[in-house]
Amino acid sequence: MAYSDKVIDHYNNPRNVGTLDKAKNNVGTGLVGAPECGDVMRLQIEVDENQIITDAKFKTFGCGSAIASSSLATEWLKGKSVDEALAIDNMDIVEELALPPVKIHCSVLAEDAIKSAINDYRVKNGLPALEMPKSHH
Amino acid sequence: MLTFPIYLDNNATTPLDPRVLEAMMPYFTGKFGNAASRNHAFGWHAEEAVDYAREQIASLINCSPKEIIFTSGATESDNLAIKGVFEMYASKGNHIITATTEHKAVLDTCKHIEKIGGKVTYLPVNAEGLIDLKQLEEAITDKTILISIMYGNNEVGVIQPIREISAIAKKHGVLFFTDATQAVGKIPVDVEADGIDLMAFSGHKMYGPKGVGALYVRRKNPRVKVTAQMDGGGHERGMRSGTLNVPGIVGLGKACEIAKQDMEKDTARLSAMRDRLEKELLTIEESYVNGSREHRLPHVTNISFKYVEGEGLMMGVKDIAVSSGSACTSASLEPSYVLKALGLSDDLAHSSLRFGLSRFTTDEEVDYAIDHVKEAVAKLREMSPLWEMFKEGIDLNSIEWAEH
Repeated sequence: MAYSDKVIDHYNNPRNVGTLDKAKNNVGTGLVGAPECGDVMRLQIEVDENQIITDAKFKTFGCGSAIASSSLATEWLKGKSVDEALAIDNMDIVEELALPPVKIHCSVLAEDAIKSAINDYRVKNGLPALEMPKSHH
Repeated sequence: MLTFPIYLDNNATTPLDPRVLEAMMPYFTGKFGNAASRNHAFGWHAEEAVDYAREQIASLINCSPKEIIFTSGATESDNLAIKGVFEMYASKGNHIITATTEHKAVLDTCKHIEKIGGKVTYLPVNAEGLIDLKQLEEAITDKTILISIMYGNNEVGVIQPIREISAIAKKHGVLFFTDATQAVGKIPVDVEADGIDLMAFSGHKMYGPKGVGALYVRRKNPRVKVTAQMDGGGHERGMRSGTLNVPGIVGLGKACEIAKQDMEKDTARLSAMRDRLEKELLTIEESYVNGSREHRLPHVTNISFKYVEGEGLMMGVKDIAVSSGSACTSASLEPSYVLKALGLSDDLAHSSLRFGLSRFTTDEEVDYAIDHVKEAVAKLREMSPLWEMFKEGIDLNSIEWAEH
């Protein structure tokens, strides 16, 4: 199966690989997927006092499409407000990266990772957790 | 000089040896006759060529040329052997014994047998990939008609104890079939010494053409028969109808002749090369060889690079054609059933690459592969949350992973 140019670009030059200090109150961490399924994503956001995401980092164990989906997600997250970030839909990622049907789960995982990171941030800051709208697979 | 991509997936298929192509060429054009045409020179030439190929093949596996049934490949041979024995020996019993690490062509044929009233025992394998002979013997009942155990495994290269298996089969009066697709032409296979009753193999795994294979069917001690699975002109002693693929058969014959002549040299070179590749790749932290290293084909190694996903890794070494035990491309997301049968956890099975070397693989290609796999593993581990956790001393089993 051939990968799209955008997937290859993200795979070769992943944006925002790294780790934020998960102990900090303004950092939200989402860890989704499972090793036995062949993909695990960790996505982190750093949020300022105006609810703007100032930094985002990821690390992913998975195929090229999973790496590209999480890399793209961090790119999109930076500069967005938390509410805007919640609106990111997995199908946006599918479209942007031209993912084939067998790789849609990678985009679902990335959306889960975003929501999970936001929830972690919310809970840390005394807000109720949001319901996860999509479950993986 | 290196040409890219480098092909290290020779368990999937091998390139055609130019000597084989040369032998085949006349049979596409000038000598195009039908080997079954008994009344003119075109047919005689074709039949002569087929007979010669039968001798070349028989000489490699130490059988009589009459015991070779030509087919379209190992999948057909597997089907013909298992279904053919099941039908032919129906009055004797309906039970078949096989193993969980067999090729799909055997496993799915056995599933079919179960649907039409047969009973199949699937033997487990140990961590080395080997079946337990005691378990095999215990599984035999008075209804058992066939033991079907592969010679060398396609994913990990493990070689089963063929002579011990055939001895057990013989002791209990059960036929022994082996799918030897990965073994014939690579290691010495001798149907007499090995006690094999039926054996499947194909051309394209030993530098021959695709679309041609054979089933060895023993004619003496005991005389084995299989029920044909295709109706037609009664070719191949009535066991496999269909006009013979003369150029393909000529190619298979030539490939066998070359294999016999070059085997010692090829094996020595390939196992040295494989061992070097393996030794170098095992210098990567947290990397493991899958399956027995003692009972193994000379040209194969299957290695798991922990905390790196196989398909992602293949993308990182895109100049090298290998295959992965990860099934991220399939909708099921299930990793290799062979690696799982060896007891590998799903994450380790997802993290594996299979390297298959060939007669044409060069030292430079292996050097390149070593460097690039090392680089790609390092790069992907930098990106892997699991590697980070491992380095922090976190037990990954202690984490509650999301429901998938």
